[in-house]
Amino acid sequence: MEIVNWLFEPLQYGFLTKALLVTVAAAAVSAALSCWLILMGWSLMGDAVSHAVLPGVALAYIFGLPFSVGAFVFGAGAVALIGAVRSTTKLKGDTAIGVVFTALFAFGLAIISKTPSQTDLQHILFGNVLGVSLPELLQVLVLGAVTLAVLLYKRRDLTLLAFDRIHAHAIGLNTRWLTALLLGLLALTVVVGLQAVGIILVVAMLITPGATAFLLTRNFDRMLLISITITVAAAIAGIYASYYLDVSTGASVVLAQALVFLAVYLLGPRNGIVWQWRRRRARAAVSRQHEQIPA
Amino acid sequence: MSLRQLTPGADAIDVSSLRVSYDDVTALEHVSVRVRARTICGLIGVNGSGKSTLFKALMGLVQATSGTVRIFGAAPKDARKLNAVSYVPQAEDVDWTFPVSVRDVVMMGRYGSLGPSRRPRPADRAAVAAALERVGLVDLQHRQIGELSGGQRKRAFVARGIAQDAGLLLLDEPFAGVDKASEAGLTSLFKDLRDEGKTILVSTHDLAGIPQLCDEAILLHQRVLAHGRPETVLTNENLALAFGTALSDVPEGHHGDR
Repeated sequence: MEIVNWLFEPLQYGFLTKALLVTVAAAAVSAALSCWLILMGWSLMGDAVSHAVLPGVALAYIFGLPFSVGAFVFGAGAVALIGAVRSTTKLKGDTAIGVVFTALFAFGLAIISKTPSQTDLQHILFGNVLGVSLPELLQVLVLGAVTLAVLLYKRRDLTLLAFDRIHAHAIGLNTRWLTALLLGLLALTVVVGLQAVGIILVVAMLITPGATAFLLTRNFDRMLLISITITVAAAIAGIYASYYLDVSTGASVVLAQALVFLAVYLLGPRNGIVWQWRRRRARAAVSRQHEQIPA
Repeated sequence: MSLRQLTPGADAIDVSSLRVSYDDVTALEHVSVRVRARTICGLIGVNGSGKSTLFKALMGLVQATSGTVRIFGAAPKDARKLNAVSYVPQAEDVDWTFPVSVRDVVMMGRYGSLGPSRRPRPADRAAVAAALERVGLVDLQHRQIGELSGGQRKRAFVARGIAQDAGLLLLDEPFAGVDKASEAGLTSLFKDLRDEGKTILVSTHDLAGIPQLCDEAILLHQRVLAHGRPETVLTNENLALAFGTALSDVPEGHHGDR
C-alpha cells in the first residue's frame, strides 16, 4: 500500500504526469535511434546536431514559432553544412563536425545573451521538463511517434546501411537518401529529446542507450528492444528520483541511464569486466599451481 | 538510353576505354576488358593499381571519367537494380562486432528484390536457406557474424551473393586471413559456382593460387598490362612490370597478408 502511495503521489501533480510522458516518449525514440547511431559511428554527429539546434530554438522563441521548427531547421542545416565542409575540403569528418557545431552553438548563446527574457531559454539548455505545456507535450508525442514509426519501418535498410554501405549500393538501394533519412531522424530525435533533458544532455540519450544494449546482445532486434526497455525504465526511475531527492530532472534521467550502463559494464553477463577480471585471476592461479608442481 | 534488362549471352563484364580519375589522380586509364559469363577471372595488381576502383566502377560506385561499363549488357546503374552484381568485401572492411547473425547477412542479399520495409516473404527465407545450405553454413546460421572463422566469413558473404541470385560475384581479396585448408574449400566452392553459371572476378595477392583457381587473369596497373590464360599472364616479365618483382621472388609470407 505504501509503495502504491509512493508511486502515485507524484502523479497527483499534472506537471509531473506531463513530465513523465515527455520523458518516456523521448527515451523510447532516442533509445531506438541510438542503436543505429552507435553502429554508424555517429556519436559525435549526435553531439553536433544536438548542440547546433540552439540558435534555431532561440530564434523560434524570439519569433514566437514552435521551437521544434527552429530546432529541426538548424539541426538539418548543421548536417548540410558539415557535409559541405567535408566534401569541399580535405579536412577529416570529425574536424568538419567540430568546426560547424561549436560555431552554431556559440551563435545560439550569443542570441540568448541578447534576448531580454532569458529564463525560458536557459531552460532549453538544461531542460525544463517540469514546465512542459500541453501543446509542447502533444508536439513531443506526435514527433516521437512519427520518428519511431519511420525508424521501425525502415529498420532493415538502416541496419544494412550501417553494416555494409557498399552492398546496399550494389543491390540498388539509394544510400545517399538513406543517410539523409537517418540524419533527418536524428534531428527529429534531438528535437524530441531536448524537451526532456535539455540541449546539453540530450546527446547522452542518443549514445548511452545503444551502448548499454550493445554490451548485452549480439542480435540487432534484441539490441533495439533492450535499448528501448532499459532506457524507458531508467527514465521513469530518473523522474521519481528527481521528485523524491529534489534533483534536476534532466540530470537525474541521464544519471539513471549512466548507472545502468555502469552496472552492465561491470556485471553484464556477456562481457562484464568483473567476470573478465575473475577469469583472469582464476587462470593466473591455475598457472601458478602448475609452476609449483614440478613436471 | 541504357538497357533496363540483362542481355542473355552478353559478356558478364564489358569495359571499354574506361578512365577514372579522382581529382587530379588517374586511377584507371585505357582499360578495355571483356570477361565472358561462367568464368573465374583473377584480378592481379599491387595496392593502388586500380583493382578497387575497377570494382567500384563495375558497381557504379564511381563515375567513369570516360569510357563505358556494361554488366551482362546493362549499365552499372541498371545492373544494380537488376541485382546482377554482388560484392564480397575485404575482411578489414567489415565490422565483425556488428550485431547481425550469419542468416541476417545472407538475407541482406534479398533486400534488392523486397518491398520498402524489406520484410522477407517465404520465398526469401527459402532462398536464404538454400544459399546457406550451398556454402555449408546451415549449422552456424544463428551465430553472430564475427563468431565465424576467416573461411566461414567469406562463405557467409558468398551465400549473400547466391541468395541475391547475382550473376556476377566480385570478391575482394577473399583469401586474406584464410588458412590453407579453408582456401582449398573456397576454391572448390568458387569453381562449383562457376559451373552452375556464375561469373567470378576475384582480386588477389595470392599469385600462387591463381593457376588452380582462375580460368583467366588480368594484370592491372592503372592500365591492363596483360589479360588471358593464367600461364600466359603470369610470366616473369609481366609480373616484373606489375610488381617490380618476379613470381619466384614473392616471399612465402606475402600470401594472405593485409
